[in-house]
Amino acid sequence: MSKFKKKSDGGTPAISTASLPDIVFMLLFFFMVATVMRENSLKIQNALPVANQVEKLDKKNPVSYIYMGKPSAGYEKFGTEPRIQLNDQFAELSEVGAFIGAERAALREELIPFLTVALKVDKDANMGIVGDVKYELRKVNALKINYTTGVGDALNNIK
Amino acid sequence: MAKRSAPEVNAGSMADIAFLLLIFFLVTTTIEKDSGLNRKLPPIEEDIEPPIIKQRNIFTVLLNGKDQLLVEEELMEIKDLRAAAIEFLDNNGDGTCTYCQGPKNASSSDNPDKAIISLKNDRETSYATYISVQNELVAAYNVLRNRRALELGPPQGFTDMNFVEMQKNYKDARFVGNKTKLKEVINQIKLEFPQKLSEVQ
Repeated sequence: MSKFKKKSDGGTPAISTASLPDIVFMLLFFFMVATVMRENSLKIQNALPVANQVEKLDKKNPVSYIYMGKPSAGYEKFGTEPRIQLNDQFAELSEVGAFIGAERAALREELIPFLTVALKVDKDANMGIVGDVKYELRKVNALKINYTTGVGDALNNIK
Repeated sequence: MAKRSAPEVNAGSMADIAFLLLIFFLVTTTIEKDSGLNRKLPPIEEDIEPPIIKQRNIFTVLLNGKDQLLVEEELMEIKDLRAAAIEFLDNNGDGTCTYCQGPKNASSSDNPDKAIISLKNDRETSYATYISVQNELVAAYNVLRNRRALELGPPQGFTDMNFVEMQKNYKDARFVGNKTKLKEVINQIKLEFPQKLSEVQ
Protein backbone atom coordinates (compact mmCIF):
# COMPACT_ATOMS: atom_id res chain seq x y z
CA MET A 1 0.00 0.00 0.00
CA SER A 2 2.86 2.27 0.66
CA LYS A 3 3.51 2.47 -3.07
CA PHE A 4 0.50 4.66 -3.49
CA LYS A 5 1.22 6.87 -0.61
CA LYS A 6 0.64 10.43 -1.40
CA LYS A 7 3.83 12.43 -1.52
CA SER A 8 4.08 15.10 1.01
CA ASP A 9 3.03 18.39 -0.49
CA GLY A 10 5.97 20.78 -0.39
CA GLY A 11 4.54 24.13 -1.51
CA THR A 12 3.62 25.08 -5.09
CA PRO A 13 5.98 23.60 -7.64
CA ALA A 14 7.93 26.03 -9.81
CA ILE A 15 6.51 26.49 -13.29
CA SER A 16 8.76 24.86 -15.79
CA THR A 17 10.31 27.33 -18.19
CA ALA A 18 11.87 24.63 -20.28
CA SER A 19 9.43 25.22 -23.14
CA LEU A 20 10.00 28.96 -23.18
CA PRO A 21 12.83 28.73 -25.74
CA ASP A 22 10.56 26.68 -27.98
CA ILE A 23 7.86 29.32 -27.90
CA VAL A 24 10.33 32.08 -28.56
CA PHE A 25 11.93 30.15 -31.39
CA MET A 26 8.50 29.67 -32.92
CA LEU A 27 7.97 33.44 -32.93
CA LEU A 28 11.49 33.94 -34.17
CA PHE A 29 10.96 31.68 -37.16
CA PHE A 30 7.70 33.43 -37.99
CA PHE A 31 9.40 36.79 -38.15
CA MET A 32 12.39 35.40 -39.99
CA VAL A 33 10.11 34.07 -42.68
CA ALA A 34 7.93 37.17 -42.82
CA THR A 35 10.83 39.59 -42.87
CA VAL A 36 11.82 41.28 -46.04
CA MET A 37 15.05 43.09 -45.55
CA ARG A 38 15.14 46.50 -47.13
CA GLU A 39 17.14 45.80 -50.21
CA ASN A 40 18.04 49.32 -51.08
CA SER A 41 18.73 52.32 -48.99
CA LEU A 42 17.11 55.18 -50.77
CA LYS A 43 19.15 58.18 -51.73
CA ILE A 44 16.16 59.94 -53.19
CA GLN A 45 12.89 61.25 -51.90
CA ASN A 46 10.26 58.64 -52.52
CA ALA A 47 6.81 59.65 -51.41
CA LEU A 48 4.51 57.58 -53.56
CA PRO A 49 1.27 59.01 -54.89
CA VAL A 50 -1.98 57.28 -53.99
CA ALA A 51 -4.60 55.57 -56.14
CA ASN A 52 -7.64 53.48 -55.38
CA GLN A 53 -7.91 51.20 -58.41
CA VAL A 54 -4.78 49.34 -57.43
CA GLU A 55 -3.91 45.72 -57.86
CA LYS A 56 -1.56 43.91 -55.54
CA LEU A 57 1.86 43.44 -56.97
CA ASP A 58 2.09 39.72 -57.55
CA LYS A 59 5.06 38.46 -55.60
CA LYS A 60 4.90 35.10 -57.35
CA ASN A 61 6.45 36.71 -60.38
CA PRO A 62 9.84 38.37 -60.24
CA VAL A 63 9.84 42.10 -59.63
CA SER A 64 12.57 44.65 -60.29
CA TYR A 65 12.42 48.08 -58.79
CA ILE A 66 13.37 51.37 -60.34
CA TYR A 67 13.26 54.38 -58.07
CA MET A 68 12.95 57.95 -59.21
CA GLY A 69 12.87 61.20 -57.34
CA LYS A 70 14.81 64.19 -56.20
CA PRO A 71 18.06 63.45 -54.34
CA SER A 72 17.28 63.57 -50.64
CA ALA A 73 19.04 65.58 -47.97
CA GLY A 74 22.74 64.80 -47.88
CA TYR A 75 22.92 64.10 -51.57
CA GLU A 76 22.44 67.64 -52.78
CA LYS A 77 25.59 67.42 -54.84
CA PHE A 78 23.64 65.29 -57.29
CA GLY A 79 21.42 68.24 -58.07
CA THR A 80 17.79 69.04 -57.49
CA GLU A 81 16.37 67.44 -60.60
CA PRO A 82 14.75 64.00 -60.22
CA ARG A 83 17.24 61.19 -60.65
CA ILE A 84 17.03 57.47 -61.20
CA GLN A 85 18.18 55.07 -58.55
CA LEU A 86 18.95 51.47 -59.41
CA ASN A 87 19.80 49.13 -56.54
CA ASP A 88 21.92 51.26 -54.26
CA GLN A 89 23.19 54.04 -56.43
CA PHE A 90 22.27 56.83 -58.72
CA ALA A 91 22.15 55.80 -62.33
CA GLU A 92 22.04 57.37 -65.71
CA LEU A 93 19.24 56.73 -68.11
CA SER A 94 21.50 54.62 -70.31
CA GLU A 95 22.09 52.18 -67.46
CA VAL A 96 18.45 51.13 -67.25
CA GLY A 97 18.77 48.68 -70.11
CA ALA A 98 21.83 47.03 -68.60
CA PHE A 99 20.07 46.86 -65.23
CA ILE A 100 17.15 44.98 -66.71
CA GLY A 101 19.61 42.69 -68.48
CA ALA A 102 21.33 41.96 -65.17
CA GLU A 103 18.00 41.33 -63.44
CA ARG A 104 17.02 38.91 -66.16
CA ALA A 105 20.34 37.11 -66.00
CA ALA A 106 19.70 36.39 -62.33
CA LEU A 107 16.36 34.73 -63.06
CA ARG A 108 15.47 31.25 -64.07
CA GLU A 109 14.80 31.24 -67.76
CA GLU A 110 11.13 30.33 -67.59
CA LEU A 111 10.43 33.30 -65.34
CA ILE A 112 12.00 35.93 -67.58
CA PRO A 113 8.82 36.77 -69.53
CA PHE A 114 7.02 37.42 -66.24
CA LEU A 115 9.45 40.00 -64.94
CA THR A 116 7.54 43.04 -63.79
CA VAL A 117 9.27 46.36 -63.44
CA ALA A 118 7.87 48.35 -60.55
CA LEU A 119 8.35 52.08 -60.95
CA LYS A 120 8.54 53.75 -57.58
CA VAL A 121 8.36 57.36 -58.46
CA ASP A 122 8.16 60.31 -56.14
CA LYS A 123 4.95 62.22 -56.57
CA ASP A 124 6.78 65.48 -57.12
CA ALA A 125 8.79 64.09 -60.02
CA ASN A 126 7.75 65.08 -63.49
CA MET A 127 6.74 62.81 -66.30
CA GLY A 128 9.80 63.60 -68.41
CA ILE A 129 12.06 61.21 -66.56
CA VAL A 130 9.32 58.60 -66.26
CA GLY A 131 8.69 58.76 -70.00
CA ASP A 132 12.39 58.36 -70.70
CA VAL A 133 12.60 55.31 -68.46
CA LYS A 134 9.51 53.84 -70.08
CA TYR A 135 11.14 54.27 -73.48
CA GLU A 136 14.31 52.56 -72.24
CA LEU A 137 12.20 49.69 -70.95
CA ARG A 138 10.49 49.34 -74.29
CA LYS A 139 13.87 49.21 -75.96
CA VAL A 140 14.88 46.18 -73.90
CA ASN A 141 11.40 44.70 -74.25
CA ALA A 142 10.52 44.85 -70.56
CA LEU A 143 6.89 45.71 -71.12
CA LYS A 144 5.20 44.68 -67.90
CA ILE A 145 5.32 47.66 -65.61
CA ASN A 146 3.62 48.67 -62.42
CA TYR A 147 3.26 52.20 -61.16
CA THR A 148 3.65 51.50 -57.48
CA THR A 149 1.31 53.65 -55.43
CA GLY A 150 -0.11 53.88 -52.01
CA VAL A 151 -3.79 53.27 -51.40
CA GLY A 152 -6.05 56.27 -51.06
CA ASP A 153 -8.23 58.68 -52.93
CA ALA A 154 -6.43 59.67 -56.12
CA LEU A 155 -7.89 63.14 -56.06
CA ASN A 156 -5.82 63.85 -52.96
CA ASN A 157 -2.67 63.79 -55.06
CA ILE A 158 -3.37 67.21 -56.39
CA LYS A 159 -3.07 69.95 -53.90
CA MET B 1 39.96 8.14 -12.28
CA ALA B 2 36.33 7.80 -11.48
CA LYS B 3 34.05 7.80 -14.44
CA ARG B 4 31.98 10.95 -14.56
CA SER B 5 28.82 11.41 -16.52
CA ALA B 6 28.93 14.20 -19.09
CA PRO B 7 27.78 17.44 -17.47
CA GLU B 8 24.51 18.83 -18.72
CA VAL B 9 24.75 22.01 -20.79
CA ASN B 10 22.85 24.80 -19.19
CA ALA B 11 20.09 25.84 -21.55
CA GLY B 12 18.82 28.60 -19.35
CA SER B 13 20.24 31.35 -21.55
CA MET B 14 18.77 29.86 -24.71
CA ALA B 15 15.64 31.96 -24.26
CA ASP B 16 17.73 35.10 -23.98
CA ILE B 17 19.56 34.37 -27.19
CA ALA B 18 16.32 33.61 -28.97
CA PHE B 19 14.76 36.81 -27.66
CA LEU B 20 17.69 38.77 -28.96
CA LEU B 21 17.23 37.34 -32.44
CA LEU B 22 13.48 37.81 -32.20
CA ILE B 23 13.82 41.47 -31.36
CA PHE B 24 16.25 41.97 -34.20
CA PHE B 25 13.83 40.51 -36.73
CA LEU B 26 10.90 42.37 -35.20
CA VAL B 27 12.71 45.63 -35.77
CA THR B 28 13.86 44.89 -39.29
CA THR B 29 10.53 43.52 -40.49
CA THR B 30 8.62 45.53 -43.02
CA ILE B 31 5.48 43.71 -43.98
CA GLU B 32 5.34 44.35 -47.71
CA LYS B 33 2.35 46.20 -49.00
CA ASP B 34 3.30 46.97 -52.55
CA SER B 35 0.40 47.65 -54.82
CA GLY B 36 -0.08 49.76 -57.86
CA LEU B 37 -1.48 50.20 -61.30
CA ASN B 38 -0.39 47.52 -63.72
CA ARG B 39 0.29 48.67 -67.24
CA LYS B 40 1.66 47.06 -70.32
CA LEU B 41 3.92 49.09 -72.56
CA PRO B 42 3.65 48.75 -76.31
CA PRO B 43 6.61 47.08 -77.98
CA ILE B 44 8.76 49.17 -80.24
CA GLU B 45 7.80 48.33 -83.74
CA GLU B 46 9.48 49.94 -86.63
CA ASP B 47 8.33 49.95 -90.21
CA ILE B 48 4.80 49.07 -89.21
CA GLU B 49 2.06 51.28 -90.51
CA PRO B 50 -0.11 52.43 -87.66
CA PRO B 51 -3.61 51.09 -88.12
CA ILE B 52 -6.14 53.58 -89.28
CA ILE B 53 -8.48 54.37 -86.46
CA LYS B 54 -11.50 56.57 -86.84
CA GLN B 55 -11.26 59.77 -84.90
CA ARG B 56 -14.53 59.14 -83.12
CA ASN B 57 -13.10 55.94 -81.63
CA ILE B 58 -10.27 57.76 -79.93
CA PHE B 59 -10.74 59.51 -76.63
CA THR B 60 -7.87 61.93 -76.32
CA VAL B 61 -6.76 62.91 -72.87
CA LEU B 62 -4.03 65.48 -72.76
CA LEU B 63 -2.17 66.62 -69.68
CA ASN B 64 -0.05 69.69 -70.13
CA GLY B 65 2.94 70.91 -68.21
CA LYS B 66 0.75 72.94 -65.87
CA ASP B 67 -1.22 69.81 -64.96
CA GLN B 68 -4.27 71.01 -66.85
CA LEU B 69 -6.48 68.36 -68.35
CA LEU B 70 -7.76 68.61 -71.91
CA VAL B 71 -10.27 65.93 -72.84
CA GLU B 72 -11.51 65.81 -76.41
CA GLU B 73 -10.37 69.40 -76.94
CA GLU B 74 -12.13 70.63 -73.84
CA LEU B 75 -10.79 71.62 -70.46
CA MET B 76 -11.96 69.30 -67.73
CA GLU B 77 -11.52 68.69 -64.02
CA ILE B 78 -10.06 65.34 -63.02
CA LYS B 79 -13.13 64.51 -60.98
CA ASP B 80 -15.29 64.63 -64.11
CA LEU B 81 -12.95 62.44 -66.13
CA ARG B 82 -14.32 59.13 -64.95
CA ALA B 83 -17.87 59.88 -66.03
CA ALA B 84 -16.69 61.20 -69.39
CA ALA B 85 -14.63 58.10 -70.03
CA ILE B 86 -17.51 55.82 -69.07
CA GLU B 87 -19.82 57.65 -71.41
CA PHE B 88 -17.32 57.31 -74.23
CA LEU B 89 -16.64 53.60 -73.68
CA ASP B 90 -20.26 52.70 -73.15
CA ASN B 91 -21.53 54.71 -76.11
CA ASN B 92 -22.19 51.87 -78.56
CA GLY B 93 -22.40 53.99 -81.70
CA ASP B 94 -22.86 51.15 -84.20
CA GLY B 95 -25.29 49.21 -82.01
CA THR B 96 -23.31 45.94 -82.03
CA CYS B 97 -22.74 45.95 -78.32
CA THR B 98 -25.74 44.28 -76.71
CA TYR B 99 -24.64 44.89 -73.13
CA CYS B 100 -23.96 48.59 -73.42
CA GLN B 101 -26.29 51.23 -72.07
CA GLY B 102 -24.82 54.22 -73.84
CA PRO B 103 -26.70 56.88 -75.79
CA LYS B 104 -25.61 55.54 -79.24
CA ASN B 105 -24.18 58.87 -80.15
CA ALA B 106 -22.94 58.74 -83.77
CA SER B 107 -20.04 61.05 -83.07
CA SER B 108 -18.65 58.96 -80.21
CA SER B 109 -17.16 55.46 -80.05
CA ASP B 110 -18.57 52.55 -82.09
CA ASN B 111 -18.32 49.85 -79.41
CA PRO B 112 -16.14 49.09 -76.38
CA ASP B 113 -13.89 46.87 -78.47
CA LYS B 114 -12.99 49.68 -80.82
CA ALA B 115 -12.87 52.48 -78.29
CA ILE B 116 -9.36 53.57 -77.44
CA ILE B 117 -8.32 56.00 -74.76
CA SER B 118 -5.20 57.86 -75.66
CA LEU B 119 -3.35 59.51 -72.81
CA LYS B 120 -0.75 62.05 -73.70
CA ASN B 121 1.43 63.95 -71.29
CA ASP B 122 4.07 66.62 -71.32
CA ARG B 123 7.56 66.29 -69.91
CA GLU B 124 6.61 68.80 -67.25
CA THR B 125 3.46 67.03 -66.12
CA SER B 126 3.73 66.03 -62.47
CA TYR B 127 3.71 62.35 -61.72
CA ALA B 128 1.02 62.70 -59.05
CA THR B 129 -1.43 64.18 -61.55
CA TYR B 130 -0.54 61.57 -64.11
CA ILE B 131 -1.28 58.77 -61.64
CA SER B 132 -4.59 60.40 -60.71
CA VAL B 133 -5.60 60.48 -64.36
CA GLN B 134 -4.49 56.90 -64.90
CA ASN B 135 -6.44 55.94 -61.83
CA GLU B 136 -9.61 57.61 -63.08
CA LEU B 137 -9.33 55.91 -66.46
CA VAL B 138 -8.78 52.50 -64.90
CA ALA B 139 -11.72 53.28 -62.64
CA ALA B 140 -13.91 53.91 -65.69
CA TYR B 141 -13.08 50.46 -67.05
CA ASN B 142 -13.66 48.94 -63.64
CA VAL B 143 -17.08 50.56 -63.30
CA LEU B 144 -18.20 49.09 -66.60
CA ARG B 145 -16.67 45.72 -65.85
CA ASN B 146 -18.30 45.66 -62.44
CA ARG B 147 -21.66 46.40 -63.99
CA ARG B 148 -21.17 43.58 -66.46
CA ALA B 149 -20.01 41.22 -63.74
CA LEU B 150 -23.23 41.75 -61.82
CA GLU B 151 -25.13 40.75 -64.96
CA LEU B 152 -22.98 37.77 -65.95
CA GLY B 153 -22.19 36.45 -62.48
CA PRO B 154 -25.57 35.28 -61.16
CA PRO B 155 -26.34 32.78 -63.99
CA GLN B 156 -22.93 31.23 -63.36
CA GLY B 157 -23.50 31.11 -59.62
CA PHE B 158 -21.45 34.13 -58.60
CA THR B 159 -24.03 36.42 -57.08
CA ASP B 160 -23.23 39.79 -55.58
CA MET B 161 -19.69 39.75 -56.82
CA ASN B 162 -18.36 42.54 -58.95
CA PHE B 163 -15.41 42.31 -61.28
CA VAL B 164 -12.83 43.54 -58.81
CA GLU B 165 -14.04 41.05 -56.21
CA MET B 166 -14.03 38.28 -58.80
CA GLN B 167 -10.40 38.94 -59.57
CA LYS B 168 -9.56 39.07 -55.91
CA ASN B 169 -11.39 35.82 -55.26
CA TYR B 170 -9.68 34.17 -58.18
CA LYS B 171 -6.31 34.91 -56.65
CA ASP B 172 -7.46 34.00 -53.16
CA ALA B 173 -6.46 30.45 -52.26
CA ARG B 174 -9.23 30.22 -49.68
CA PHE B 175 -12.00 30.94 -52.15
CA VAL B 176 -14.56 28.14 -52.15
CA GLY B 177 -16.16 27.87 -55.55
CA ASN B 178 -15.53 26.88 -59.09
CA LYS B 179 -12.39 28.71 -60.09
CA THR B 180 -12.35 27.57 -63.71
CA LYS B 181 -15.84 28.92 -64.14
CA LEU B 182 -14.85 32.14 -62.43
CA LYS B 183 -11.86 32.48 -64.74
CA GLU B 184 -14.17 32.07 -67.73
CA VAL B 185 -16.44 34.84 -66.52
CA ILE B 186 -13.47 37.12 -65.84
CA ASN B 187 -12.05 36.48 -69.27
CA GLN B 188 -15.38 37.11 -70.94
CA ILE B 189 -15.75 40.44 -69.18
CA LYS B 190 -12.19 41.38 -70.07
CA LEU B 191 -13.00 40.57 -73.68
CA GLU B 192 -16.20 42.57 -73.66
CA PHE B 193 -14.60 45.62 -72.09
CA PRO B 194 -10.98 45.40 -73.20
CA GLN B 195 -8.67 47.88 -71.56
CA LYS B 196 -7.35 49.80 -74.52
CA LEU B 197 -5.46 52.55 -72.86
CA SER B 198 -2.59 53.87 -74.87
CA GLU B 199 0.15 56.01 -73.40
CA VAL B 200 1.55 58.21 -76.09
CA GLN B 201 5.20 59.07 -75.81
